[in-house]
Amino acid sequence: MTTGRIAKELSPASGVLMQGDEACAEGAIAAGCRFFAGYPITPATEIAEALARRLPQVGGKFIQMEDEIASIAAVIGASVGGAKAMTATSGPGFSLMQENIGYAAMAEIPCVIVDVQRLGPSTGRPTSPSQGDVMQARWGTHGDHPIIVLAPSSVRETFDLTVQAFNFSERYRTPVILLMDEVIGHMRERVILPDPNTIERVERASTTVPPEWYKPFENFPADVPPLVPFGEGYRYHITGLHHDERGYPTARLDEIQPWLERIFRKIESSLSDILLYDKDGIEDAETLVIAYGAAARSARHAVELARERGRKVGFLKLKTLWPFAEEVVEHAAARLHHVVVPEMNLGQLALEVERVVGRHKVRRVNRADGEMIQPAEILAAIEDWELAR
Amino acid sequence: MRRQRRESRVHERYLRHSKKFPNIWCAGCGIGIVLGAIIRAVDGLQLDKDDVAMISGIGCTGRMPVYVDFNTMHTTHGRALAFATGLKMVRPEMKVIVVMGDGDALAIGGNHFIHAARRNIGLTAIVVNNLTYGMTGGQYSPTTPIGALATTAPYGHIEQPFPIAELAVAAGAAFVARSTVYHVRELEKYIARAINVEGFAVVEAVSYCHTTLGRLNRWGTAPEMMRRLKENSVTLKQAESMSEEEKRGKIVRGIFVEQEIPEYTRLYDRIIERAQQRTSLQVETA
Repeated sequence: MTTGRIAKELSPASGVLMQGDEACAEGAIAAGCRFFAGYPITPATEIAEALARRLPQVGGKFIQMEDEIASIAAVIGASVGGAKAMTATSGPGFSLMQENIGYAAMAEIPCVIVDVQRLGPSTGRPTSPSQGDVMQARWGTHGDHPIIVLAPSSVRETFDLTVQAFNFSERYRTPVILLMDEVIGHMRERVILPDPNTIERVERASTTVPPEWYKPFENFPADVPPLVPFGEGYRYHITGLHHDERGYPTARLDEIQPWLERIFRKIESSLSDILLYDKDGIEDAETLVIAYGAAARSARHAVELARERGRKVGFLKLKTLWPFAEEVVEHAAARLHHVVVPEMNLGQLALEVERVVGRHKVRRVNRADGEMIQPAEILAAIEDWELAR
Repeated sequence: MRRQRRESRVHERYLRHSKKFPNIWCAGCGIGIVLGAIIRAVDGLQLDKDDVAMISGIGCTGRMPVYVDFNTMHTTHGRALAFATGLKMVRPEMKVIVVMGDGDALAIGGNHFIHAARRNIGLTAIVVNNLTYGMTGGQYSPTTPIGALATTAPYGHIEQPFPIAELAVAAGAAFVARSTVYHVRELEKYIARAINVEGFAVVEAVSYCHTTLGRLNRWGTAPEMMRRLKENSVTLKQAESMSEEEKRGKIVRGIFVEQEIPEYTRLYDRIIERAQQRTSLQVETA
């Protein structure tokens, strides 16, 4: 019922009061998602509930599977069938999904995995926020593979980045992880959603070659070969084994190496498209704050407080966490000696920042007790640097 | 002879010729026999290759799809049915055949197996039951008989085996049959019927692994193990008049269940109708 109301009031000028999880579901619908498979888990359940109502309204399909492993498997199967597909979970379920996320990376199957982070490890505190899955989102599945991870810090941004996640997954034939957190998922904000007709939707590339010439994993000339859905006359093989350009298993180094180079190249050569971030006040800053997700809200507040006190503080909010925006960070921090990285974990993305700008420039502000990080904690770190100077 | 030649021509039409032979199975393995039966069943039903998908998990049986000219997908261990569920949901018109071994379908994939049956989604699940993990070298599986030796049961196996067909019946499948790789005509017939069923259909194809479990237990060569399948199996009808004692250790062949229950993707189509009616009503009253 709520969703029916939401559907009708999608774009009134006054906006609607909406939860992050609901915005994720609406973003998925707007992006063209027509399949969702999931398993109940706090704090991501609302996404499944919203899509159970919304998907059949637009001719899409929803299924609650027997576990998270089955959920991501069904999502990949649906994507092979040609549907834009998504699943949503939280830490424990995200851990279960890792093997099949690797399969999607290996077989280059577009799909979106939403992880609404909660405090871990293990069952942790299901209703408490955390940003503890940043490294898992990057390296959770075994073996070297590229991945795209996006992190929203508001309800509206959740909508936008969900659309973006689908677009990236289709454009680059890759799994994309939307790394939300409990604060963003459960928080309600007044949002004005964009007119559906103005939303950019990337559709899967089709092929013009006849079936007998089709190579679903062709390495040249394009870095992203078209993926033709099953059932459309292009019969081919998909496997999690290393494979040749037709998809058949191979152990030949001259077939594995070009493939490996291509799947990294397809991401790394498109960083200008993939790396999303907001920056402000960096030009004359003396201290830089780098944040993402829920912590970016506290960080923004802290930056404003510091500026009110006359301090020159720049702010870099990362929306794309992986691939890590190393050149952006390097450039922003080039002339600075002080970089503050607040995170609701014990220092995960800070490791990347330290790698790029140098360990001695970085002050971490961490909280991993299930409470929202406070602006005052970040402000103290900013001022501590100032005092130290 | 003539029939054999005709059949090998049928197989030729369905096997992939680009790059993929010889196959990985040991000489004398039963898995190729099951693949042959599937191909002849599909050919007999005159299905368009474009409309057929073959999905597998991991293991010796998991390697089956790569050889056939369908829409094929070799997925992760135990998860073939879950991948196939997603594909079937968005392509309900396709015939989705899922091939699994006993370890794949019932150990690591046991949860997906019972839930696919409960849901009655229109998939054809073919379980090649060779009583062991062949690819990794003969460890005990959920169907290894009590007392057998396995590389992970060097002092004899102490766990009860799963009766696959009976399990599928209890879980709610629309069609369940069991045959063996010796009774290849019967197997082919069951597979053809299973593909035609609206709903979740299971065919258990009892096979053997002469290179691992067979050698370890001195059960003989492939032909000798094939003879065991012949001599050690009874039909459902024969089993009816046998005592529990007489049935012990026998492979019971036949169709265990064949029932018309609503298929999942068809039911979901009604969900879509219901949701869209409700939405249009809301728009009208608004």
